[in-house]
Amino acid sequence: MKELIQNLVELTGPSGFEHNVRDFIIDEIKDHVDEYKVDNLGNLIAKKGKKGPKGIRIMLAAHMDEIGVIVTHVDENGFARFHTIGGVMERNCAGGRVRFMNGVGGVIGAEPGGTRQAMPNIPKLYIDTGAKNKAECKVKVGDVGAFERTFMDLGDKFVSKAIDDRIGCAVLIELLKILPDGPNEIYAVFTTQEEVGLRGATTSAYSVDPDLGISIDVTLVGDTPKANFMEVGLGKGPAIKIKDGGMISDPRVVSWMEAAAKRIRIPYQLEILAGGTTDAKSIQISREGVPVGCVSIPCRYVHSPSEMADYTDVKNAIKLFVELLKKPVKLN
Amino acid sequence: MDDMKTFLKEMISVSGLSGYESPIRKIIEKKWQPLTDSLTKSKLGSLHGLKQGINPGKNSIMISTHMDAIGLIVTGVKDGFIHVTSIGGVDPRVLPGQLVKVHGREDLDGVVVMPPAHCLPEDLKSGVIPTERLLVDIGYKPKDVEKLVRTGDIFSYNTEPIEFEGNYITGHSLDNRASIMAVTQTLEQLQKINHSWDVYAVASSQEEVTLGGALTSGTQIKPTFAVVVDVTFAKGPGTGAPKAFDFDKGPSFDWGPNTHHKLYNFIKDLASENDIPHQLGVYPRYSGTDANLLQLAGEGIPVMVISIPLRYMHTPVEMVQIKDIKRTSRLLTQLITDLEDNFMEEHMQWDELKSEDKE
Amino acid sequence: MKITKKENWKSPSIGNPQIKLLEKLSNTISVSGDEREIRKIIIERIEDLVDEYKIDHLGNILAIKKGKGRNRIRVMLAAHMDEVGFMVTHAEKKGLYKFEIVGGIDERNLVGKPVIVGNDQKSGVIGAKAIHLTTAQERKSPIKTSALRIDLGPANGEKIKPGTLATFATKLKRVGPSILGKAIDDRIGVATIISILENQPENVDILAAFTVQEELGLRGARVAAYSMEPDIGIALDSTPSMDMPTFDGSENTLYRTKLGQGPAVYPFDGATIADPRLLDLFTSVGDEYKIPYQLRQPAGGGTDAGSIHKQRGGIPSISISVPGRYAHSSATLVRLDDWKNTVRLVHATLSHMNKNLLTKDRR
Repeated sequence: MKELIQNLVELTGPSGFEHNVRDFIIDEIKDHVDEYKVDNLGNLIAKKGKKGPKGIRIMLAAHMDEIGVIVTHVDENGFARFHTIGGVMERNCAGGRVRFMNGVGGVIGAEPGGTRQAMPNIPKLYIDTGAKNKAECKVKVGDVGAFERTFMDLGDKFVSKAIDDRIGCAVLIELLKILPDGPNEIYAVFTTQEEVGLRGATTSAYSVDPDLGISIDVTLVGDTPKANFMEVGLGKGPAIKIKDGGMISDPRVVSWMEAAAKRIRIPYQLEILAGGTTDAKSIQISREGVPVGCVSIPCRYVHSPSEMADYTDVKNAIKLFVELLKKPVKLN
Repeated sequence: MDDMKTFLKEMISVSGLSGYESPIRKIIEKKWQPLTDSLTKSKLGSLHGLKQGINPGKNSIMISTHMDAIGLIVTGVKDGFIHVTSIGGVDPRVLPGQLVKVHGREDLDGVVVMPPAHCLPEDLKSGVIPTERLLVDIGYKPKDVEKLVRTGDIFSYNTEPIEFEGNYITGHSLDNRASIMAVTQTLEQLQKINHSWDVYAVASSQEEVTLGGALTSGTQIKPTFAVVVDVTFAKGPGTGAPKAFDFDKGPSFDWGPNTHHKLYNFIKDLASENDIPHQLGVYPRYSGTDANLLQLAGEGIPVMVISIPLRYMHTPVEMVQIKDIKRTSRLLTQLITDLEDNFMEEHMQWDELKSEDKE
Repeated sequence: MKITKKENWKSPSIGNPQIKLLEKLSNTISVSGDEREIRKIIIERIEDLVDEYKIDHLGNILAIKKGKGRNRIRVMLAAHMDEVGFMVTHAEKKGLYKFEIVGGIDERNLVGKPVIVGNDQKSGVIGAKAIHLTTAQERKSPIKTSALRIDLGPANGEKIKPGTLATFATKLKRVGPSILGKAIDDRIGVATIISILENQPENVDILAAFTVQEELGLRGARVAAYSMEPDIGIALDSTPSMDMPTFDGSENTLYRTKLGQGPAVYPFDGATIADPRLLDLFTSVGDEYKIPYQLRQPAGGGTDAGSIHKQRGGIPSISISVPGRYAHSSATLVRLDDWKNTVRLVHATLSHMNKNLLTKDRR
């Protein structure tokens, strides 16, 4: 499992350019699903199980994309200016290394004007690929890249870029491998373009047309020094989302998840996230409406190149999903 | 005693925050049950009441009113105090000293309080304290609070309805329970009237957060057209024209990109012909109601917005004029009565296409 | 992508008749929320040209012109009919009217402009207090919209109702190799679609959507794409060109597009990541046909493609725009050559589209 996580987070796949991640996932899951397809927005939609008499169609969504950069201009001296893909924060660009889809690497530099405390705004930052001049620069306008940082194993915990949301992908892959036959039709959707506005989930929810939708994503925590008040912490179990900045989970889904967690005696937490949202938001308002929920993996330093999560939270999330999905779903 | 006013008071005495509409939905369900031919719940918890017309299954009007309200939700308990955040647009300046009820393991009275300056970060020592820094005290000892209350429990305001002379009423959640009263009265009036079109009365969910309830209900019902009934600003302290409207002069009709201009004109003329007082409002960009997304459901739905003036919106002491509500239902009833089978051809054709026919 | 230029390919021409049409389109009022005046002009132009058309509940014109032969691909071309402008919100005495901005206009662009008001295009002005009467302090802050009025002249009190729309009064002009007008965004896209319909490549079915409410959040295109269900969506728009010199002579790295360098092909904006297969096709056709084009710098902003690509199960989409300076002001300026090359690029690319285009994975 740890190896799977490491493989996933080390792939480069910013929003709209998820194909490396998709290829890897197809390889992992193809022997464990009934069928799969890649749709027009690049979503990987895998189906497992048939709907029994008491079963329903459930869409599980984890996004493959990560935040990144896209080149807007290469100047005469070979420095590449960039625009952000998703919620990249200036302060996290300090010392940042970037890997482009074509393999070229670079570091982020800044024009004078920042302070010791803060980086200047994105338009004053640039990527230095070591090129002597424009002609030699191996990236051009429109080329995309993501942050690069090696995987670090801290025992129970681990640190890497793109835990948001390769960890959700890892949970989903593992689930497809071990989930026993049940009454439900499971659509595992590895979505695209979440970081730029939940776009892949919007179209895949329309084509899957599920009875129930659950996203698997990371959430922020309140257990770091002087953090804003939030009850979720690392290592205290997967978080069952009640509300975030974009949607309110169906309360029946929350109770259903809680009851399952209690049955199998895993630790869990209840999550209310002040800002940000997940794919569940767009699934919720698809077609005639879909009851949704979200299982979150608590994660520190989200959208930095060094996100941190806890291995046991991941394992417990998988256990929770197995318990949830193997039986008929009753929402009340 | 006015039965409708009693119903309104009942509605503004329960909670029903966005996403947690079941308390209010139960009350509406009970009231609508005898007034409709079928009553169903959408996947997002909106209530769909169908009152069939003489020609069922042909044309339908959807009257959409949201039943959800703004409010507070528990984000956690620490040292005996409850931390909160808002659902929907709550002005944090309204909260300090507010009496509330927490729906924990049991219903508990409490008060929203400001921590003293020395307990707050340097930059918050004076001025507005954000909702996330306010606390709720329910009077119990810390270990008991932890047993009684947990993350995700919701609040309701403890403000009781008060009636004022001149047929005014105040209370929380009149946005948008006042409109539910209007639609309910229309459903009652329709019991004695033959109408051609099917009428879908929709009490929509989640308007205050995503507008997702009406959007998905519109997608499901696919009405011929829709009328959104919501509240708008009444003139009051610090609130004037053109954004605010007079009490006791009837509902206001929204003009703007979210409303279908033909439908607007028809309803405006209808109100004038039937001597129903009304006011006119303009919304240059969007209406701020369910109409905003409902218009975009599926292949697009013609929408009209009718708004009841309400003072002190999104506070627990909202105020409306009962007569304005009743005028709104009279208008809706008249509209439904007048809808004929060929309404769309007669009144909703685009002029650009019509002129071609004349040639 | 390997493209071989079609021997018999002939580009639609952009000459005086097309510029005349653009002039008529640009000079007409059609602010988001009431696009009927433009609709009239478009319907008149296309009704004999297309196989069928309708106006949907939002006011979009949805027209279909089929091609010939088998295996045709259904391509939606979308251009928005609406423009930014104003809505009168309150009538004061003696011809003065309060108003609000509709769409994104920098309020520093308002003062001292003639405007046209209502579908009958009454003349008005937005004035300002005489400089003599202002303090030095006042002159340092922009005048807020709430302090401005549309003035129809003191004799015209209560002549228009709140809710009436207005826009800048600028008439289209040819200036050297360029064109200047108030609503080039996006009447130039409308005119482009009409040119394509008049010279349609036979291998495609064109689903032409003249959309409403783009400036209010890409709203018309959403229901248009949902009901048309095309195989491919292409938004044809006008995009800001911010290629002016910097104050200190340093390199302008945030130009978005540059005037005179051809149509802007969008890889990425705030609302859409272009379908890579379409991006590849457009640029390959541009290279093979030697039609100048430029990549629009990745940045925020959005076009109708942002709505189109998210409809139903997902529609591969891209935006192609004519670069224009000073968008959303009283005068947008475009190069005629950029427009010509836009029409050429779109036409040539359409002639290379077939269903195989979408059989390979998006990547």
